[in-house]
Amino acid sequence: MNIQSSDNIDSAGVDLPTENSREKEFEPVLIGFFCKWCTSAAADLAGTTRLQYPPNIRPIQVTCSSSVDPVYVIRALLSGADGVIVGGCPPGDCHYGSGNLIARRRLAVLKTTLKALGLDEDRVWVRWISAAEGPKFARTMREFTEAMKKKGPSPFKNSWSV
Amino acid sequence: MKSAWLEVKDGEIEASINLFLQKMLEEKLVDAVLVPAELPNKSDIAPTLITEPGILAQARPLAPVMPVSMARVVSRLTRVAPSQRKIAVLLRPCDLRSLVELVKLKQASLDNLLLISLDCYGTYSPADYREFCQDTPNPTDEFLRRVKDGDELNLREACQVCEYFVPQNADLVIGLLGVDVEKGVLLQAMTAQGEDVLAKLNLPGAEAEDRGAAIASLLAHRVESKERLFERVKKEMSGRDNLLDIFAACTSCYNCVEACPVCYCKECFLKSPAFEWEAEKYLDMAEKKGALRMPADTLLFHLTRLNHVGLSCTGCGLCQDACPSGIPLLPLFRHTGDEVQALFDYVPGRDLEEEPPLTMFDENELSWVG
Repeated sequence: MNIQSSDNIDSAGVDLPTENSREKEFEPVLIGFFCKWCTSAAADLAGTTRLQYPPNIRPIQVTCSSSVDPVYVIRALLSGADGVIVGGCPPGDCHYGSGNLIARRRLAVLKTTLKALGLDEDRVWVRWISAAEGPKFARTMREFTEAMKKKGPSPFKNSWSV
Repeated sequence: MKSAWLEVKDGEIEASINLFLQKMLEEKLVDAVLVPAELPNKSDIAPTLITEPGILAQARPLAPVMPVSMARVVSRLTRVAPSQRKIAVLLRPCDLRSLVELVKLKQASLDNLLLISLDCYGTYSPADYREFCQDTPNPTDEFLRRVKDGDELNLREACQVCEYFVPQNADLVIGLLGVDVEKGVLLQAMTAQGEDVLAKLNLPGAEAEDRGAAIASLLAHRVESKERLFERVKKEMSGRDNLLDIFAACTSCYNCVEACPVCYCKECFLKSPAFEWEAEKYLDMAEKKGALRMPADTLLFHLTRLNHVGLSCTGCGLCQDACPSGIPLLPLFRHTGDEVQALFDYVPGRDLEEEPPLTMFDENELSWVG
């Protein structure tokens, strides 16, 4: 898995070397909650097969997508994360039987809550990536990073009164 | 189902209901009545468990005020163990819906309860009710008369936008809408248990009245008010800036949690050690944004609560009444609640048999999520 030391991340978001342009491109800070049995393994597979994907994502391994309490997603967003992605086993393939289906309902409620409050629910992604899908993992991370780049910085980035 | 007629004498509407409650207790159909009653200070109303028939003269089943949630009181009464004796509980439709939610969540038991509810015209905040009492003799009956005359009284916001004013899941319903309350009050049995009570008390039967028109007209009015409120929420109460402005007044007192009938967790996760950190962590957070509002996590608390209780929120508005900072919680909860409930076509408190949506799933659903 592509792990950076937390010092680099925490001090000033991602600080990537810019190649041709002088002005720094916006680099979104992204949090990933990845199920240990599928998406985390897919991340490992992507790594060992040397697939490229942007380093913006900070992966957090969880035992099951259903163990992601929405409060942690909200916490990440309010702390200034530009996007949060939850990765779980494809429906029907949950290691524990149905954790991902419960997670899906929970995250549907979270996204709907955010939308009802006029907050950007598209900063929260849910994707089903099995342990065998290294390429899909890399592709999804590229898509996610691109989409969040397009959105620009989270409105909560500098809100200290949250 | 059968209906009975409670005759109103000398214009004393509420007294006719109290007389019925008293009769039930005297005839030992129930061992106690849990009902809002006037406290000895003559100005405050509180849910009261009454076993002495004489004290039922102080009952105020029609008092347009809801200082605490009766659903919470029933939970307190039956959570440790279901009642062994029969208790008649009189509660408003929203509280009855909250109670059904609490039963589903295993926080209350309906064993040995006789549920009585009423057509609800709405309630005042406790402060407004006290004021109303000061310049109105016989306030409960007077309220009913004025509201039936179409007076736009200064009701709580939650009541102004409530479409569930006709009780669901009661054994007995006190019918007021479309009924000439100067002559009498309708008592409708909705279950076999309710019918049994009417039969045993030998109450005079009532003509089947057509209350449909009265109900439909109030419903239309309420739905219209609700749509207006939701428009206001979308325009003035959503998005980062509005939410930060609204919750700026929050002092993290947790009164909204204490007042909410369906916010039942014994130990609130947000108060748990998972949210306690050393100074270094707080300083980290402050450094990232230049400052940190303390106590931290105000918006996290409210967004999490909205997300957590939205599915079971009955829109009673007690959170808003309880807020010492006057934060307009009801519009946000009502709007968010409606949206998340619509996801699963779920209406909290509609049916005891309906499982809470987050306890079940369907493999082929919600493909838009991911």
